Amino acid sequence: MVWKISDETAYDTLGEEVHLTINGVTIRAPQDQSLLVTARQNGFEIPTLCYHRDLPSEGHCRLCVVEIGEHPRTQIVNSCTYPTQAGLVVQTHSETVLQARRMVLELLLARTPKAKLIQEMAAAHGVYESRFKTDDPEELCILCGLCVRTCREVVGVSAISMKGRTPDKQVATPFMEKSSACIGCGSCAFVCPNNVIPYTEKEGIRTIWGRDFELQPCNVCGNYIAPKYQLEHWAKITGDPVENFFVCKDCR
Amino acid sequence: MDLPRLEAILSRYEGESWDLIPVLQDIQDAYSYLPKDELQVVSERLNVPMTQIYSVATFFKMFSLLPKGKHQIKVCLGTTCHLRGGGRVVESLSHRLGVEVGYTTKDMQFSLETVGCLGSCAQAPVMMVDDKYFGRSTVDKVPKILKLYK
Ligand code: SF4
Ligand code: FES
Ligand code: FES
Repeated sequence: MVWKISDETAYDTLGEEVHLTINGVTIRAPQDQSLLVTARQNGFEIPTLCYHRDLPSEGHCRLCVVEIGEHPRTQIVNSCTYPTQAGLVVQTHSETVLQARRMVLELLLARTPKAKLIQEMAAAHGVYESRFKTDDPEELCILCGLCVRTCREVVGVSAISMKGRTPDKQVATPFMEKSSACIGCGSCAFVCPNNVIPYTEKEGIRTIWGRDFELQPCNVCGNYIAPKYQLEHWAKITGDPVENFFVCKDCR
Repeated sequence: MDLPRLEAILSRYEGESWDLIPVLQDIQDAYSYLPKDELQVVSERLNVPMTQIYSVATFFKMFSLLPKGKHQIKVCLGTTCHLRGGGRVVESLSHRLGVEVGYTTKDMQFSLETVGCLGSCAQAPVMMVDDKYFGRSTVDKVPKILKLYK
């Protein structure tokens, strides 16, 4: 079972078209679609770190902030979780917005000083160093939660989640033990923008989240396809016999 | 595992995913911590993945995954208590009990933790033992308070 905590309207279900203005331009967009998507569809670029079009938005990184409302009663909101509404007045690049984004990047830079992506994004916004204290100079995780959401929403397994609260928050398996739910697919490692999640593959064994997974070779060419567990998971959701998955896609 | 004891708690709820926090609170009260096996049953009954339970259990300070002592000592380090010497009270307790903040004494009598504002700033510094408040709990009162529970 896939367990959703997100509000559906925050991303996909399209409402009726409404008018709103972004950076002074009047546009039409479906009501309740996220402001981020509305802006991007109309050519207004907004930087993001924790947004992924195939995942529900959870608003972790705050880089996507925009200003809504009319001077002097404006408000800063996450565009990835804010719904498009009739008559909304949105600024994607006002001085307030840029300042907020620089602050977010400065904080992220302090958290993960060695993360390439963060360095680049910060530089693109004119942020080259941080006034804030770095706890762990080797830290790479920005707590975007893409791994957690991918595992839960796309893989449909939920083997990892956030543990604790800041400043000690981290991605972990329950009780920091080998997860019995994990199928070894590696989607979390793949989606991570900073390559935080370690996994190794040698002699037909993939190791991830502290657990070893036997890899299934292709019945025809002998190349490894995926962990046996993952193929069994596929067999379970498709209802096909697991042997159907023992031939790699090149040999089919 | 004492299943009937857990059943008694679960039977008070509908078994929906949003019952998670109240169920965990009841388990915490009854067991003084959240035992892993019990959480496994909760996960199945409420249809909430273990990952989510672990997230919630590690997020809120009121939950503990390790057994707690017979008495819970909470020292307030909210703004007012902090300014009125709450920190020294923690130190003194920690020293006298031989236990660090967040841990339980070896004899399982006391767990020591710090909390945010307890809502009694006029009495600062404030500490609590179980459900009882101790206002103006300066360092010299610490031994007297502890004596009540030994
Ligand atoms: S491990 Fe990677 S994907 Fe997961 S929260 Fe951290 S940075 Fe994001
Ligand atoms: S993209 Fe909106 S908060 Fe990260
Ligand atoms: S700060 Fe301690 S009771 Fe308010």
